[in-house]
Amino acid sequence: MTQMKKTALNAVVKELGGRMVDFAGWEMPVQFSGIIDEHNTVRTAAGLFDVSHMGEIEFRGKDAFNAVQRLVCNDVSKMSIGQAMYAGLLYPNGTFVDDLLVHKIADDYYMLCVNAGNSDKDFAWVKENTSGDVEVTNASLKTAQLALQGPKARRILQKITPVDLGQIRYYWFTHGSVAGVDNLLIAATGYTGERGFEIYIPNEHAEHVFREIMKAGEEFGIKPTGLGARDTLRLEAGMMLYGNDIDDTTTPLEANLSWIVKMDAGDFIGREALQKQLEEGIRRRLVGFEMLEPGIPRHGYDISKDGVKVGHVTSGTRAPFLKKSIGLGYVPVELTALETELDIMIRGRAVRAKVISTPFYKRPRKKKKVSRA
Amino acid sequence: MIPEHLRYVSTHEWLDPKTGKVGITDPAQEQLGDMVFVEFPEVGSEFAKGERFGSVESVKSVSDCYLPVSGKVVAINEDLLEAPEILNQDPYEKGWLIKIEIKNPAEIDELMSAADYDKFVKEEAGEH
Repeated sequence: MTQMKKTALNAVVKELGGRMVDFAGWEMPVQFSGIIDEHNTVRTAAGLFDVSHMGEIEFRGKDAFNAVQRLVCNDVSKMSIGQAMYAGLLYPNGTFVDDLLVHKIADDYYMLCVNAGNSDKDFAWVKENTSGDVEVTNASLKTAQLALQGPKARRILQKITPVDLGQIRYYWFTHGSVAGVDNLLIAATGYTGERGFEIYIPNEHAEHVFREIMKAGEEFGIKPTGLGARDTLRLEAGMMLYGNDIDDTTTPLEANLSWIVKMDAGDFIGREALQKQLEEGIRRRLVGFEMLEPGIPRHGYDISKDGVKVGHVTSGTRAPFLKKSIGLGYVPVELTALETELDIMIRGRAVRAKVISTPFYKRPRKKKKVSRA
Repeated sequence: MIPEHLRYVSTHEWLDPKTGKVGITDPAQEQLGDMVFVEFPEVGSEFAKGERFGSVESVKSVSDCYLPVSGKVVAINEDLLEAPEILNQDPYEKGWLIKIEIKNPAEIDELMSAADYDKFVKEEAGEH
Protein backbone atom coordinates (compact mmCIF):
# COMPACT_ATOMS: atom_id res chain seq x y z
CA MET A 1 0.00 0.00 0.00
CA THR A 2 1.35 3.40 -0.88
CA GLN A 3 1.78 5.94 1.86
CA MET A 4 -1.16 8.32 2.23
CA LYS A 5 -0.45 12.01 1.84
CA LYS A 6 -0.89 14.11 4.96
CA THR A 7 -2.10 17.67 5.11
CA ALA A 8 -0.38 20.28 7.27
CA LEU A 9 -3.24 19.79 9.74
CA ASN A 10 -2.87 16.04 10.11
CA ALA A 11 -1.55 16.21 13.68
CA VAL A 12 -4.08 18.72 14.96
CA VAL A 13 -7.13 16.96 13.51
CA LYS A 14 -5.93 13.68 15.02
CA GLU A 15 -5.41 15.40 18.36
CA LEU A 16 -9.03 16.62 18.18
CA GLY A 17 -10.25 13.06 17.72
CA GLY A 18 -10.66 12.91 13.97
CA ARG A 19 -11.31 9.42 12.62
CA MET A 20 -8.91 9.18 9.72
CA VAL A 21 -9.65 7.55 6.37
CA ASP A 22 -8.04 7.40 2.96
CA PHE A 23 -9.69 9.95 0.71
CA ALA A 24 -8.22 10.33 -2.78
CA GLY A 25 -4.83 9.27 -1.44
CA TRP A 26 -4.95 11.66 1.52
CA GLU A 27 -5.29 10.73 5.17
CA MET A 28 -8.32 12.84 6.11
CA PRO A 29 -10.76 13.05 9.04
CA VAL A 30 -14.15 11.59 8.08
CA GLN A 31 -15.71 12.56 11.41
CA PHE A 32 -15.08 13.89 14.91
CA SER A 33 -18.15 13.99 17.19
CA GLY A 34 -20.34 12.19 14.62
CA ILE A 35 -21.64 13.12 11.18
CA ILE A 36 -25.15 14.12 12.30
CA ASP A 37 -23.90 16.30 15.14
CA GLU A 38 -21.27 17.95 12.95
CA HIS A 39 -23.75 18.50 10.14
CA ASN A 40 -26.26 20.20 12.42
CA THR A 41 -23.51 22.24 14.08
CA VAL A 42 -22.67 23.73 10.67
CA ARG A 43 -26.36 24.48 10.05
CA THR A 44 -26.82 26.19 13.43
CA ALA A 45 -23.40 27.45 14.60
CA ALA A 46 -20.11 26.79 12.78
CA GLY A 47 -17.78 23.99 11.76
CA LEU A 48 -14.13 24.06 10.79
CA PHE A 49 -13.00 21.70 8.02
CA ASP A 50 -9.48 20.83 6.95
CA VAL A 51 -9.82 20.82 3.17
CA SER A 52 -6.12 21.10 2.44
CA HIS A 53 -6.38 18.08 0.16
CA MET A 54 -8.07 20.31 -2.43
CA GLY A 55 -5.78 21.30 -5.29
CA GLU A 56 -4.69 24.78 -6.29
CA ILE A 57 -3.50 25.47 -9.82
CA GLU A 58 -2.18 28.94 -10.61
CA PHE A 59 -1.99 30.75 -13.94
CA ARG A 60 0.28 33.77 -14.17
CA GLY A 61 1.27 35.86 -17.14
CA LYS A 62 -0.05 38.03 -19.93
CA ASP A 63 -2.07 35.16 -21.44
CA ALA A 64 -3.49 33.86 -18.15
CA PHE A 65 -7.00 35.09 -19.01
CA ASN A 66 -6.97 33.54 -22.48
CA ALA A 67 -5.75 30.24 -21.07
CA VAL A 68 -8.41 29.99 -18.36
CA GLN A 69 -11.18 31.22 -20.65
CA ARG A 70 -10.33 28.47 -23.14
CA LEU A 71 -10.21 25.80 -20.42
CA VAL A 72 -13.48 26.42 -18.57
CA CYS A 73 -17.09 26.59 -19.77
CA ASN A 74 -18.12 29.61 -17.70
CA ASP A 75 -17.34 33.18 -18.79
CA VAL A 76 -14.12 34.36 -17.17
CA SER A 77 -14.32 37.71 -19.01
CA LYS A 78 -17.21 38.69 -16.75
CA MET A 79 -15.09 38.35 -13.61
CA SER A 80 -13.73 41.25 -11.60
CA ILE A 81 -10.55 41.11 -9.57
CA GLY A 82 -11.49 39.56 -6.24
CA GLN A 83 -14.25 37.41 -7.63
CA ALA A 84 -14.67 33.64 -7.51
CA MET A 85 -16.70 31.64 -10.01
CA TYR A 86 -17.89 28.02 -10.24
CA ALA A 87 -17.04 26.41 -13.57
CA GLY A 88 -16.48 23.16 -15.40
CA LEU A 89 -13.23 21.96 -16.92
CA LEU A 90 -14.41 19.93 -19.90
CA TYR A 91 -13.11 17.42 -22.40
CA PRO A 92 -13.74 18.10 -26.11
CA ASN A 93 -16.79 15.78 -25.87
CA GLY A 94 -18.34 18.11 -23.28
CA THR A 95 -17.95 15.82 -20.25
CA PHE A 96 -16.17 16.83 -17.08
CA VAL A 97 -12.46 16.68 -16.41
CA ASP A 98 -13.42 18.32 -13.12
CA ASP A 99 -15.53 21.04 -11.56
CA LEU A 100 -13.71 23.89 -9.90
CA LEU A 101 -13.66 27.44 -8.57
CA VAL A 102 -11.85 30.13 -10.58
CA HIS A 103 -10.43 32.99 -8.50
CA LYS A 104 -9.37 36.15 -10.34
CA ILE A 105 -6.50 37.52 -8.26
CA ALA A 106 -5.23 40.01 -10.88
CA ASP A 107 -5.69 40.58 -14.60
CA ASP A 108 -2.71 38.29 -15.17
CA TYR A 109 -3.17 35.96 -12.22
CA TYR A 110 -5.88 33.31 -11.72
CA MET A 111 -6.12 30.50 -9.19
CA LEU A 112 -8.22 27.39 -9.79
CA CYS A 113 -9.31 25.37 -6.76
CA VAL A 114 -9.85 21.79 -7.93
CA ASN A 115 -10.86 18.44 -6.45
CA ALA A 116 -8.19 16.52 -4.55
CA GLY A 117 -8.70 13.30 -6.48
CA ASN A 118 -8.37 15.13 -9.77
CA SER A 119 -5.59 17.59 -9.12
CA ASP A 120 -2.80 15.66 -10.86
CA LYS A 121 -5.06 14.82 -13.81
CA ASP A 122 -6.26 18.42 -13.99
CA PHE A 123 -2.76 19.82 -13.85
CA ALA A 124 -1.62 17.56 -16.68
CA TRP A 125 -4.74 18.49 -18.68
CA VAL A 126 -4.37 22.24 -18.26
CA LYS A 127 -0.64 22.13 -19.02
CA GLU A 128 -1.36 20.20 -22.20
CA ASN A 129 -4.01 22.71 -23.26
CA THR A 130 -2.33 25.96 -22.35
CA SER A 131 -0.12 27.98 -24.62
CA GLY A 132 1.24 31.49 -24.80
CA ASP A 133 2.81 33.72 -22.21
CA VAL A 134 1.50 32.02 -19.09
CA GLU A 135 3.08 30.02 -16.33
CA VAL A 136 0.98 27.23 -14.85
CA THR A 137 1.99 25.95 -11.44
CA ASN A 138 0.57 23.32 -9.14
CA ALA A 139 0.55 24.83 -5.65
CA SER A 140 -1.50 22.00 -4.15
CA LEU A 141 1.15 20.46 -1.93
CA LYS A 142 2.32 23.69 -0.34
CA THR A 143 -1.13 25.17 0.24
CA ALA A 144 -3.43 24.32 3.12
CA GLN A 145 -7.10 25.25 3.05
CA LEU A 146 -9.57 25.70 5.86
CA ALA A 147 -13.32 25.96 5.43
CA LEU A 148 -15.09 27.77 8.26
CA GLN A 149 -18.79 27.33 7.58
CA GLY A 150 -22.03 28.17 9.34
CA PRO A 151 -24.18 31.10 10.49
CA LYS A 152 -21.61 32.02 13.17
CA ALA A 153 -18.61 31.82 10.82
CA ARG A 154 -18.29 35.54 10.22
CA ARG A 155 -18.49 36.54 13.88
CA ILE A 156 -15.84 33.95 14.74
CA LEU A 157 -13.39 34.94 12.04
CA GLN A 158 -13.93 38.66 12.63
CA LYS A 159 -12.40 38.26 16.10
CA ILE A 160 -9.01 37.39 14.62
CA THR A 161 -8.81 39.43 11.40
CA PRO A 162 -8.67 43.17 10.67
CA VAL A 163 -10.40 42.53 7.32
CA ASP A 164 -14.00 43.76 7.33
CA LEU A 165 -15.60 40.42 6.52
CA GLY A 166 -19.03 41.98 6.06
CA GLN A 167 -17.67 43.61 2.94
CA ILE A 168 -16.80 40.30 1.24
CA ARG A 169 -19.84 39.37 -0.79
CA TYR A 170 -20.79 35.76 -1.51
CA TYR A 171 -18.33 34.32 -4.06
CA TRP A 172 -15.85 37.17 -3.66
CA PHE A 173 -12.53 37.14 -1.84
CA THR A 174 -9.83 39.40 -0.51
CA HIS A 175 -6.31 39.10 0.86
CA GLY A 176 -5.68 39.88 4.49
CA SER A 177 -4.22 38.68 7.73
CA VAL A 178 -5.81 36.07 9.98
CA ALA A 179 -4.44 35.35 13.45
CA GLY A 180 -1.37 37.43 12.64
CA VAL A 181 -0.56 35.59 9.41
CA ASP A 182 -0.45 38.11 6.57
CA ASN A 183 -1.70 38.01 3.02
CA LEU A 184 -4.02 35.01 3.16
CA LEU A 185 -6.68 34.55 0.50
CA ILE A 186 -10.02 34.73 2.34
CA ALA A 187 -12.95 33.73 0.13
CA ALA A 188 -16.65 33.89 0.97
CA THR A 189 -17.19 30.51 -0.67
CA GLY A 190 -18.15 27.08 0.56
CA TYR A 191 -19.58 23.64 -0.07
CA THR A 192 -22.19 23.40 2.66
CA GLY A 193 -25.09 25.67 1.74
CA GLU A 194 -24.18 28.00 4.62
CA ARG A 195 -22.35 31.28 4.55
CA GLY A 196 -18.72 30.99 5.55
CA PHE A 197 -15.17 31.31 4.39
CA GLU A 198 -12.52 29.28 2.69
CA ILE A 199 -9.04 30.40 3.65
CA TYR A 200 -5.91 29.45 1.71
CA ILE A 201 -2.80 29.27 3.88
CA PRO A 202 0.84 28.34 3.28
CA ASN A 203 1.38 24.96 5.00
CA GLU A 204 3.73 26.29 7.65
CA HIS A 205 1.06 28.60 9.13
CA ALA A 206 -1.94 26.29 8.79
CA GLU A 207 -1.91 24.71 12.24
CA HIS A 208 -1.60 28.09 13.98
CA VAL A 209 -4.56 29.52 12.06
CA PHE A 210 -6.63 26.37 12.66
CA ARG A 211 -6.05 26.54 16.42
CA GLU A 212 -6.78 30.27 16.59
CA ILE A 213 -10.09 29.83 14.74
CA MET A 214 -11.07 27.00 17.09
CA LYS A 215 -10.23 29.21 20.07
CA ALA A 216 -12.13 32.19 18.66
CA GLY A 217 -15.11 29.95 17.93
CA GLU A 218 -15.38 28.34 21.33
CA GLU A 219 -17.93 30.84 22.64
CA PHE A 220 -20.02 30.26 19.49
CA GLY A 221 -20.04 26.48 19.75
CA ILE A 222 -17.63 25.79 16.89
CA LYS A 223 -16.72 22.15 16.26
CA PRO A 224 -14.12 20.46 14.08
CA THR A 225 -15.98 18.84 11.18
CA GLY A 226 -15.00 16.07 8.81
CA LEU A 227 -15.51 14.91 5.26
CA GLY A 228 -18.58 12.88 6.21
CA ALA A 229 -20.53 15.98 7.20
CA ARG A 230 -19.07 17.86 4.25
CA ASP A 231 -20.68 15.31 1.96
CA THR A 232 -24.12 15.35 3.64
CA LEU A 233 -24.07 19.16 3.83
CA ARG A 234 -23.24 19.60 0.16
CA LEU A 235 -25.88 17.09 -0.86
CA GLU A 236 -28.60 18.82 1.18
CA ALA A 237 -27.48 22.02 -0.51
CA GLY A 238 -27.81 20.31 -3.91
CA MET A 239 -24.15 20.74 -4.82
CA MET A 240 -22.35 18.37 -7.18
CA LEU A 241 -19.67 15.89 -6.20
CA TYR A 242 -17.22 14.92 -8.93
CA GLY A 243 -17.06 11.14 -9.25
CA ASN A 244 -20.67 10.81 -8.09
CA ASP A 245 -22.97 13.33 -9.78
CA ILE A 246 -20.67 14.50 -12.54
CA ASP A 247 -17.74 12.81 -14.23
CA ASP A 248 -16.25 12.07 -17.63
CA THR A 249 -19.53 10.53 -18.83
CA THR A 250 -21.78 13.50 -18.04
CA THR A 251 -22.03 17.03 -19.41
CA PRO A 252 -22.97 20.18 -17.49
CA LEU A 253 -26.19 20.39 -19.51
CA GLU A 254 -27.25 16.96 -18.31
CA ALA A 255 -26.21 17.82 -14.76
CA ASN A 256 -28.53 20.87 -14.65
CA LEU A 257 -25.49 23.11 -14.67
CA SER A 258 -26.41 25.04 -17.80
CA TRP A 259 -25.98 28.18 -15.66
CA ILE A 260 -22.21 27.61 -15.74
CA VAL A 261 -22.18 27.07 -19.51
CA LYS A 262 -21.76 30.34 -21.43
CA MET A 263 -21.91 29.46 -25.10
CA ASP A 264 -20.78 32.98 -26.02
CA ALA A 265 -17.68 32.80 -23.81
CA GLY A 266 -15.38 32.16 -26.73
CA ASP A 267 -14.14 28.85 -28.03
CA PHE A 268 -13.74 26.89 -24.80
CA ILE A 269 -12.89 23.20 -24.89
CA GLY A 270 -16.11 21.19 -25.10
CA ARG A 271 -18.18 24.02 -26.56
CA GLU A 272 -18.81 22.31 -29.88
CA ALA A 273 -20.02 19.12 -28.22
CA LEU A 274 -22.36 21.08 -25.94
CA GLN A 275 -23.69 23.04 -28.92
CA LYS A 276 -24.45 19.75 -30.63
CA GLN A 277 -26.12 18.39 -27.50
CA LEU A 278 -28.29 21.49 -27.31
CA GLU A 279 -29.31 21.11 -30.95
CA GLU A 280 -30.03 17.41 -30.71
CA GLY A 281 -31.78 17.74 -27.38
CA ILE A 282 -30.79 16.53 -23.95
CA ARG A 283 -31.96 13.00 -23.27
CA ARG A 284 -31.35 12.67 -19.55
CA ARG A 285 -31.03 15.03 -16.68
CA LEU A 286 -29.95 14.97 -13.07
CA VAL A 287 -32.92 15.29 -10.73
CA GLY A 288 -33.31 15.56 -6.99
CA PHE A 289 -35.70 13.18 -5.28
CA GLU A 290 -36.93 12.30 -1.84
CA MET A 291 -38.00 8.90 -0.61
CA LEU A 292 -41.70 8.39 0.04
CA GLU A 293 -41.14 5.08 1.84
CA PRO A 294 -38.47 3.99 4.35
CA GLY A 295 -35.08 3.38 2.75
CA ILE A 296 -31.96 5.33 1.93
CA PRO A 297 -30.81 5.85 -1.65
CA ARG A 298 -27.10 5.28 -2.28
CA HIS A 299 -24.66 5.97 -5.09
CA GLY A 300 -25.04 3.34 -7.80
CA TYR A 301 -28.57 2.12 -7.00
CA ASP A 302 -30.84 1.71 -10.01
CA ILE A 303 -33.81 3.98 -10.62
CA SER A 304 -36.86 2.28 -12.16
CA LYS A 305 -40.20 3.32 -13.52
CA ASP A 306 -42.99 0.75 -13.93
CA GLY A 307 -40.50 -2.06 -13.45
CA VAL A 308 -38.03 -0.85 -16.10
CA LYS A 309 -34.60 0.53 -15.25
CA VAL A 310 -34.44 4.18 -16.33
CA GLY A 311 -31.37 5.52 -14.58
CA HIS A 312 -29.18 5.43 -11.51
CA VAL A 313 -28.63 7.21 -8.22
CA THR A 314 -25.49 9.34 -8.16
CA SER A 315 -25.65 10.49 -4.53
CA GLY A 316 -27.98 9.68 -1.67
CA THR A 317 -28.16 9.97 2.05
CA ARG A 318 -30.32 10.39 5.07
CA ALA A 319 -30.30 14.20 5.29
CA PRO A 320 -29.42 15.03 8.90
CA PHE A 321 -30.95 18.51 9.04
CA LEU A 322 -33.99 17.93 6.83
CA LYS A 323 -34.52 14.52 8.44
CA LYS A 324 -35.55 12.82 5.24
CA SER A 325 -33.89 10.55 2.72
CA ILE A 326 -32.79 12.37 -0.40
CA GLY A 327 -30.79 11.71 -3.51
CA LEU A 328 -29.70 12.81 -6.95
CA GLY A 329 -29.82 10.70 -10.08
CA TYR A 330 -29.96 10.74 -13.85
CA VAL A 331 -33.30 9.93 -15.50
CA PRO A 332 -34.73 10.44 -19.01
CA VAL A 333 -36.02 14.00 -19.51
CA GLU A 334 -39.63 12.86 -19.66
CA LEU A 335 -39.34 11.76 -16.01
CA THR A 336 -37.84 14.97 -14.65
CA ALA A 337 -41.01 16.93 -13.86
CA LEU A 338 -41.53 17.75 -10.19
CA GLU A 339 -43.68 15.19 -8.35
CA THR A 340 -42.89 12.44 -10.87
CA GLU A 341 -42.86 9.16 -8.99
CA LEU A 342 -39.84 6.89 -9.39
CA ASP A 343 -38.72 3.66 -7.76
CA ILE A 344 -35.30 3.41 -6.17
CA MET A 345 -34.11 -0.19 -6.25
CA ILE A 346 -32.72 -0.92 -2.81
CA ARG A 347 -31.38 -4.47 -2.79
CA GLY A 348 -33.93 -5.67 -5.28
CA ARG A 349 -36.79 -3.91 -3.53
CA ALA A 350 -38.59 -1.06 -5.32
CA VAL A 351 -38.92 1.82 -2.86
CA ARG A 352 -41.04 4.80 -3.90
CA ALA A 353 -39.55 8.25 -4.38
CA LYS A 354 -40.65 11.45 -6.07
CA VAL A 355 -38.82 14.17 -7.94
CA ILE A 356 -38.49 17.38 -5.91
CA SER A 357 -36.72 20.66 -6.55
CA THR A 358 -33.12 21.26 -5.56
CA PRO A 359 -31.40 22.54 -3.54
CA PHE A 360 -33.09 20.38 -0.93
CA TYR A 361 -31.97 22.86 1.72
CA LYS A 362 -31.85 26.64 1.47
CA ARG A 363 -30.35 28.58 4.30
CA PRO A 364 -32.80 30.92 6.01
CA ARG A 365 -32.18 34.47 4.85
CA LYS A 366 -32.61 37.48 7.05
CA LYS A 367 -35.65 39.34 5.89
CA LYS A 368 -35.13 42.94 4.95
CA LYS A 369 -37.23 45.26 6.99
CA VAL A 370 -40.01 46.68 4.88
CA SER A 371 -40.94 50.20 5.87
CA ARG A 372 -44.61 50.94 5.89
CA ALA A 373 -45.39 53.98 3.86
CA MET B 1 -16.68 -3.62 27.92
CA ILE B 2 -17.77 -6.62 25.94
CA PRO B 3 -20.60 -8.43 27.78
CA GLU B 4 -19.64 -11.88 29.06
CA HIS B 5 -23.06 -13.46 28.68
CA LEU B 6 -23.24 -12.98 24.90
CA ARG B 7 -21.60 -14.88 22.01
CA TYR B 8 -20.01 -13.27 18.98
CA VAL B 9 -19.16 -13.77 15.31
CA SER B 10 -16.45 -12.25 13.14
CA THR B 11 -19.03 -10.19 11.22
CA HIS B 12 -19.63 -8.30 14.51
CA GLU B 13 -23.05 -9.59 15.52
CA TRP B 14 -23.85 -10.89 18.98
CA LEU B 15 -26.28 -13.59 20.13
CA ASP B 16 -27.78 -13.99 23.57
CA PRO B 17 -28.03 -17.80 23.88
CA LYS B 18 -30.64 -17.49 26.64
CA THR B 19 -33.13 -15.10 25.00
CA GLY B 20 -32.29 -15.62 21.31
CA LYS B 21 -31.77 -11.89 20.82
CA VAL B 22 -29.34 -10.80 18.11
CA GLY B 23 -27.65 -7.43 17.64
CA ILE B 24 -24.52 -5.73 16.45
CA THR B 25 -21.56 -5.12 18.73
CA ASP B 26 -20.26 -1.91 20.21
CA PRO B 27 -17.09 -1.88 18.05
CA ALA B 28 -19.36 -2.35 15.00
CA GLN B 29 -21.68 0.57 15.82
CA GLU B 30 -18.64 2.69 16.69
CA GLN B 31 -17.07 1.94 13.32
CA LEU B 32 -20.27 2.54 11.34
CA GLY B 33 -21.15 5.84 13.01
CA ASP B 34 -24.56 7.49 13.35
CA MET B 35 -27.27 4.94 12.55
CA VAL B 36 -30.16 6.17 10.45
CA PHE B 37 -31.99 3.10 9.18
CA VAL B 38 -32.55 -0.57 9.95
CA GLU B 39 -33.82 -3.07 7.41
CA PHE B 40 -35.58 -5.94 9.20
CA PRO B 41 -36.58 -9.42 8.04
CA GLU B 42 -40.20 -10.56 8.21
CA VAL B 43 -41.24 -12.13 11.48
CA GLY B 44 -41.55 -15.86 10.82
CA SER B 45 -38.81 -16.00 8.21
CA GLU B 46 -36.00 -18.51 8.65
CA PHE B 47 -32.30 -18.10 8.05
CA ALA B 48 -29.33 -20.42 8.14
CA LYS B 49 -26.22 -19.72 10.20
CA GLY B 50 -24.20 -17.01 8.49
CA GLU B 51 -27.06 -15.93 6.24
CA ARG B 52 -27.89 -12.25 5.74
CA PHE B 53 -31.06 -11.32 7.60
CA GLY B 54 -31.10 -7.53 7.24
CA SER B 55 -28.94 -4.47 7.28
CA VAL B 56 -28.13 -1.40 9.30
CA GLU B 57 -27.34 1.91 7.69
CA SER B 58 -25.34 4.77 9.06
CA VAL B 59 -25.18 8.17 7.40
CA LYS B 60 -22.20 7.00 5.39
CA SER B 61 -22.63 3.30 4.80
CA VAL B 62 -24.78 0.21 4.61
CA SER B 63 -23.76 -2.89 6.50
CA ASP B 64 -25.32 -6.33 6.12
CA CYS B 65 -26.23 -8.28 9.22
CA TYR B 66 -25.63 -12.02 9.40
CA LEU B 67 -27.30 -14.50 11.71
CA PRO B 68 -24.82 -16.10 14.18
CA VAL B 69 -26.80 -19.37 14.30
CA SER B 70 -29.65 -20.85 12.28
CA GLY B 71 -33.09 -19.81 13.44
CA LYS B 72 -36.52 -18.42 12.89
CA VAL B 73 -37.31 -14.76 13.50
CA VAL B 74 -39.90 -14.41 16.26
CA ALA B 75 -39.64 -10.66 16.92
CA ILE B 76 -38.02 -7.49 15.64
CA ASN B 77 -37.09 -4.45 17.70
CA GLU B 78 -39.65 -1.97 16.42
CA ASP B 79 -38.22 0.83 18.58
CA LEU B 80 -35.36 1.04 16.10
CA LEU B 81 -37.71 1.99 13.26
CA GLU B 82 -38.37 5.33 14.89
CA ALA B 83 -35.08 5.73 16.73
CA PRO B 84 -32.19 3.90 15.03
CA GLU B 85 -29.77 5.92 17.18
CA ILE B 86 -30.54 3.48 20.01
CA LEU B 87 -28.13 1.17 18.16
CA ASN B 88 -25.34 3.65 18.86
CA GLN B 89 -26.37 4.37 22.42
CA ASP B 90 -27.02 0.88 23.73
CA PRO B 91 -26.02 -1.84 21.23
CA TYR B 92 -26.17 -4.76 23.71
CA GLU B 93 -29.45 -4.03 25.49
CA LYS B 94 -32.08 -1.66 24.07
CA GLY B 95 -30.43 -1.84 20.65
CA TRP B 96 -31.12 -5.52 19.96
CA LEU B 97 -32.20 -6.12 16.35
CA ILE B 98 -34.18 -9.35 16.21
CA LYS B 99 -35.15 -12.26 18.42
CA ILE B 100 -34.85 -15.77 17.04
CA GLU B 101 -35.87 -19.27 17.93
CA ILE B 102 -32.54 -21.09 17.85
CA LYS B 103 -32.82 -24.12 15.61
CA ASN B 104 -29.69 -26.02 16.50
CA PRO B 105 -28.22 -25.18 19.94
CA ALA B 106 -25.01 -27.04 19.07
CA GLU B 107 -24.13 -24.16 16.74
CA ILE B 108 -23.76 -21.87 19.77
CA ASP B 109 -20.58 -23.69 20.76
CA GLU B 110 -18.92 -22.56 17.55
CA LEU B 111 -19.32 -18.86 18.44
CA MET B 112 -16.71 -16.63 20.04
CA SER B 113 -16.75 -15.84 23.74
CA ALA B 114 -16.38 -12.24 24.93
CA ALA B 115 -12.64 -12.81 25.46
CA ASP B 116 -12.23 -14.34 21.98
CA TYR B 117 -14.12 -11.48 20.38
CA ASP B 118 -12.12 -8.87 22.26
CA LYS B 119 -8.93 -10.48 20.97
CA PHE B 120 -10.38 -10.67 17.45
CA VAL B 121 -11.29 -6.96 17.43
CA LYS B 122 -7.82 -5.99 18.62
CA GLU B 123 -6.16 -8.14 15.97
CA GLU B 124 -8.42 -6.70 13.28
CA ALA B 125 -7.60 -3.15 14.36
CA GLY B 126 -3.90 -4.00 14.34
CA GLU B 127 -4.08 -5.01 10.68
CA HIS B 128 -4.75 -1.45 9.57
